[in-house]
Amino acid sequence: MLNHLFHGQLQLGLAQAFAAAVVAFAVVLLARRREIHLESETAVALLRGLLQIVAVGSVLVLLLKAPRWTGALMLVVMIVAAGATSTKRAKNIPGAFQVSTYAILCGAGSVIALMTWLGVIGTAITTLIPVGSMLIANAMNTNGLALNRFRSDVLSHVGEIETALALGADPRQSIAPYVQESFEASLIPAIDSLRSLGIVWIPGLMAGMLLSGSKPIYAAIYQFVVLAMIFSASGLTSLVSTLLIRTHAFTHADQLLLRPGMVGEKK
Amino acid sequence: MNVLTTEHLSRRVDGKVLVDDISVAVTSGEVFVVVGPSGSGKSSFLRLLNRLDEPTSGTVLLEGVDYHQIAPRELRRKVGMVTQRAFLFPGTVYDNLSFGPRQRGEILSQSKADELLARVGLPGYGEREVANLSGGEAQRVSLARALANSPILILLDEPTSALDEDAKAGVEALIRDIIRETHLTCVMVTHDMAQAARLATRIMLLQSGRTEKIGTVQEVLHA
Repeated sequence: MLNHLFHGQLQLGLAQAFAAAVVAFAVVLLARRREIHLESETAVALLRGLLQIVAVGSVLVLLLKAPRWTGALMLVVMIVAAGATSTKRAKNIPGAFQVSTYAILCGAGSVIALMTWLGVIGTAITTLIPVGSMLIANAMNTNGLALNRFRSDVLSHVGEIETALALGADPRQSIAPYVQESFEASLIPAIDSLRSLGIVWIPGLMAGMLLSGSKPIYAAIYQFVVLAMIFSASGLTSLVSTLLIRTHAFTHADQLLLRPGMVGEKK
Repeated sequence: MNVLTTEHLSRRVDGKVLVDDISVAVTSGEVFVVVGPSGSGKSSFLRLLNRLDEPTSGTVLLEGVDYHQIAPRELRRKVGMVTQRAFLFPGTVYDNLSFGPRQRGEILSQSKADELLARVGLPGYGEREVANLSGGEAQRVSLARALANSPILILLDEPTSALDEDAKAGVEALIRDIIRETHLTCVMVTHDMAQAARLATRIMLLQSGRTEKIGTVQEVLHA
């Protein structure tokens, strides 16, 4: 219907964005009927998401003519932004920004670098940025999940952790079960995505490749390649962040920092 | 000989005074009981003694040595702790008893485990899953687990307050017997004045983190 009303591509895009936002807000209004208030958070997220992606699109237009190293520079900026975003899921964990940024750099950065070197990801900015950003975004989500789970598990097991410390345990050992659970839980979405590929969902990248004229079999295989890379980047990111965050949960005297009352939580 | 000495021990968090300038000395074999109303700083004081929390000022001497000179893990081996809830680790009773020695790469022998279990009134419980224990049994295992580290001092933080009356009387009697038999030095926190009177060699009454009174049961509770 919209493509009959709007003929210019920009106008059509804005109309489609408006329609999608209206549907998203309808869900928020449904949630409101159940006393779940997400109105302002969703409005800000939708507006911010639209502005950010339009800004990235505009930058991509400029980068098409820029030297290739600018693509790598943009990925580094994305990694820092991803570190800052996932830090919000690790509220009050000391050093969470450094840990997140370093973990995403190690996880997503190393997979992007390796796959670019192998020729799996093209060096053209139009390939490197979209594929790289998918890896970074998924690594960010995994990192956020891992840190959020770690935080909530530690806060709900303070008694067990401090009992282990009081018996002379190494701090890293005292929180080892929660580190492992955080790592495993953070990878559930990535594993489920791989497991359900082609059965439950056909990802956007494959649809885009088909629309742009790629052969269906190659588009399908490349989609698997991207999801496998996402799994690797996410897994490595989560592994690094859960290993690093262990040391930030304690003082130099092996005292647990992440405790109700010490992290702005109610006792 | 003083097993434990606190020198002007204080702790403040976000400007709030939890423990305020406490100086006491606890001698070998003594049962030093800390009492006071809720929020008076009893548990905060106890947590400073095995350095689960850091003092803002002042220090603790363990057998005359400033505890900042002792590695935290070694300090906590020497200063055992039993808390209100047992917080047993998943597994068997033996797994829990051997936890402390395992941290130092040692193996708790079966005979030592049997001896500890007999001492806390749970002979033959070694292979039982902790999930199947009652509250009183769990607290006895918690006490045996702390003793498995052969501490020179034990901290008891309201060890019977989460138990029903029967279990409470049993665990209290057990603590009294163990202290009497082993001459273990003990610092205990309780809000139960009658329990304090039954167990204490000396009592310290805390109010707003400060020492209000210190002395024998007669001097503090019946003055």
